[in-house]
Amino acid sequence: MWFTLDNLATAHDTHEGAAHSSTGLSNVKLGMWLFLGTECLLFGGLISTYMLYRGRVGTGPRPSQVFDIPFTSVSSFVLLMSSLTMVLAVSAAHKRDDRSTNLWLVITALLGATFVGGQVYEFTAFYNEGMGFSTSLFSSSFFVLTGFHGVHVTVGIIMLLALRGMLKNNKVPGSRAETVEMIGLYWHFVDIVWIIIFTLIYLIPA
Amino acid sequence: MNTTAAPESHATEHGLSTAGYVRIALILAAITGLEVSTYYVDFGRLFLPALLIMMVIKFVMVVSYFMHLKFDNKVFSWLFYTGLILAVGVYCAALATFKFFG
Amino acid sequence: MANIENFATPSSAMGALKRPVVTKGWREWVFTVDHKKLGIMYMATAMFFFVVGGLEAVLIRLQLALPNGKILNADLYNQMFTMHATTMVFLFVMPMAAGFANYFIPLQIGARDVAFPRINAFGFWALLFGGLFINLSWFLGGAADGGWFMYAPNSGPIFSPSHGVDFWALGLQIAGIASLTGAINLIVTILNMRAPGMKLMRMPIFTWMILVVQFLLAFAVPVITVALFLLSFQRNFGATFFDVAAGADPLLWQHLFWIFGHPEVYILILPSFGIISEVLPVFSRKPLFGYPFVVFSGAAIGFVGWGVWAHHMFASGLGPVSVAVFSISTMAIAVPTGVKIVNWTLTLWGGKLWFTTAMKFAIGLIVLFTIGGLSGVTHSVAPSDTQQTDTYYIVAHFHYVLFGGAVLGLFSGFYYWWPKMFGKMLNEKLGTWNFWFMVIGMNLTFGPMHILGLQGQPRRMYQWTENRAGEGFFNLAFWNLIASIGSLVLVVGVFLFLVNIFITARSGKVAPLDPWGARSLEWMTSNPPKEHNFDSIPTVHHLDEFFHRKYAEDANGQMQQIATAEEVLKQLEDNADAHIHMPSPSYWPIVIAFGLPVTCLGVIYSIPLAIFGGLIILMGAFGWALEPSTAPDTDFDPPSSSNTSKDVVHVG
Repeated sequence: MWFTLDNLATAHDTHEGAAHSSTGLSNVKLGMWLFLGTECLLFGGLISTYMLYRGRVGTGPRPSQVFDIPFTSVSSFVLLMSSLTMVLAVSAAHKRDDRSTNLWLVITALLGATFVGGQVYEFTAFYNEGMGFSTSLFSSSFFVLTGFHGVHVTVGIIMLLALRGMLKNNKVPGSRAETVEMIGLYWHFVDIVWIIIFTLIYLIPA
Repeated sequence: MNTTAAPESHATEHGLSTAGYVRIALILAAITGLEVSTYYVDFGRLFLPALLIMMVIKFVMVVSYFMHLKFDNKVFSWLFYTGLILAVGVYCAALATFKFFG
Repeated sequence: MANIENFATPSSAMGALKRPVVTKGWREWVFTVDHKKLGIMYMATAMFFFVVGGLEAVLIRLQLALPNGKILNADLYNQMFTMHATTMVFLFVMPMAAGFANYFIPLQIGARDVAFPRINAFGFWALLFGGLFINLSWFLGGAADGGWFMYAPNSGPIFSPSHGVDFWALGLQIAGIASLTGAINLIVTILNMRAPGMKLMRMPIFTWMILVVQFLLAFAVPVITVALFLLSFQRNFGATFFDVAAGADPLLWQHLFWIFGHPEVYILILPSFGIISEVLPVFSRKPLFGYPFVVFSGAAIGFVGWGVWAHHMFASGLGPVSVAVFSISTMAIAVPTGVKIVNWTLTLWGGKLWFTTAMKFAIGLIVLFTIGGLSGVTHSVAPSDTQQTDTYYIVAHFHYVLFGGAVLGLFSGFYYWWPKMFGKMLNEKLGTWNFWFMVIGMNLTFGPMHILGLQGQPRRMYQWTENRAGEGFFNLAFWNLIASIGSLVLVVGVFLFLVNIFITARSGKVAPLDPWGARSLEWMTSNPPKEHNFDSIPTVHHLDEFFHRKYAEDANGQMQQIATAEEVLKQLEDNADAHIHMPSPSYWPIVIAFGLPVTCLGVIYSIPLAIFGGLIILMGAFGWALEPSTAPDTDFDPPSSSNTSKDVVHVG
């Protein structure tokens, strides 16, 4: 890594201009990837807590009694497809195709909202089946983990819609394509966390 | 934030075409279908390793193609995978002390 | 001369509020995004909490000075030691190191500011509000009382019924957000904002150590975030994550806490290692011995530091395999630390030593940290650790590494960099008194704790009785009294420092440009540095670039002075960039940071308040997103014609 950075730096030295970046890479993008790296430790901790406690149901329901795999499979599929629409938005933004960018951003947000809606439905169903937040260690750790993920998706939806509004009114400070790309990175990260949650929490029985 | 310094067309040179992205999405969808099928079909002893491998493949595909890590500077991979590997390492070690893995 | 336009008035700032217009009086500080001002604010905040935490320590020692202490009751005593540790770790050493990093990293790498100036400002305000939030609990029913690592069941409602632990958990969460954003900011700054030619292996050691620390922070903070969230959910929303009666594993908390907590101890010590690695060469008149070894041993500490956390849990019944693994990794991490001590010693070896106050503190660190490091190695041996766990021996150990190590290093930094920050020299004579009072005080306070601990005095007992104090040399009464007297000596030492600041501010000697004959880039600018740090960004050709601009080898291989510091500076000024746009001040960092404690108060007392706090944050985020980090050309009134020319330099 050191060598990569330094070679880039040398190549850059010849470049005039003081808005310099030693690596030639964008500050925002470096910061975003680092942030996503730190998020791995956040979700890792929540997933580990769930793994430790998934079998401790007390008098409440067991995971296999409440999970509705077909339903969750559909909402997982929806979130996965939102990654496709997101990457198409990023690709359109790089081509400066504003119409497509706007369209894909809105579709992505809608898919995300569908996922969150599904989660709300799922939580309600669990609650009605006697699995409240504090029913058991399993239920608390499940709700904290998937709830955190849901909050991340919700924040993503807000960012997507805000971004769309800002693009439309030409209010994005800095590079438009890069801003779309950064929100895209966040969105994809939320998706890959769900890829893990879907397998480890839903598909592998306790 | 010297975002203006980065040429806007840069990333598309390395990304996939629309058709390419759709192809990746189709593969991801197919793997997801296979994953879900483990719920209905008995995979026997292959169940756990198959699910974990499919999970990793999906993860890496999204990160590499949708998040462009495969085409981007290695520094980004280095930052992200450091966090990921650290997380897997410390949390597996912690779970191991609880005799989680048998 | 450079024409600085950052004070021009942006007239049409986007967002709900107009961009802050000129910066005078308190506004100059509250809305600033300047890394130097923020660095000073970090340091002032940290100094305030140092005094608070110090007073808490004095109360603890007064309570234990004599048998059957009556100054504090058991409950208040528990709050006192919990808050003493929390304050010193999270609100003194970490922010102080962050202050040094903020101020000096851009200067050391030849940059004009950090990568994300507004995030920098946000980090400071979040830290300040988080710290105040934790301490608010003193006035709202009592502070946290479960010990700074807050083990279950002490953290639960039965043993800690007040809101203290809630304030503690949420306040640390806020401080954690500050640390995380700060870490991302500084890492990107160090990787991306270096001056031309400033390769990684030409960076000053302080910058290197801060880089390692920020990586540790970036990856460790999320772990405690998880732990604190689980704790808050348990206390505020009825979960049972650490409740044995409900079938939980209380060790889960211990793991999460120490996965964070062990990297944390390197987060506390490495900045000081970095500081003295700057100070020792300057006052030995020699380059640092084995620069690459110091760099790589620092990186090695950062790496291995992730694999030793369970040595804090040897007494918890982890099982023999885990204990053996963590025992060995703990012994291993002593190696890179030892490498550093060897390097520092060999830097001194054969040098022309100049015993300034900064140098005295640096040497004090080498000696006292080594003592603490060695008692640390005795903990790595699990059987002996089992006897030492939760005794005063542990207290002795971590105060030798934290006070003898981290704090002395920070004080070395004060004396070394004060002229750079404020343009005045701290009084050296008073500094010497400051040094000796602190060093003698700390040895009197913490030295006897080794004996107390090995005699079995538990670390958190709030009273001791005479009839069980023992006899002769190992008499607990004697050593407890000595330790308490020592703490008062320490207080005098710290007080002398505050007096020194006061005297210096009023009538201190004006600092010459290069008072110490320094080696690194931060000295290649005026004292204090200009708003934009450097008139022109220097191109770096060497490690210790400033030194190499002043000295060169003659025909005989002897170093000869070729330029004075003034001449070096003049050269930079002559090539000054014509127009430099510094990042503009902003309201949003403090707005968002203010939303955090409001939200947290709501979590404790009333959910609508939490929603209101959330709305403040959301509003701030929108304002932030809509506001360019540098006011665009059209925002200036009148639009500055120079903004269209090619020689405008945008920063940040």
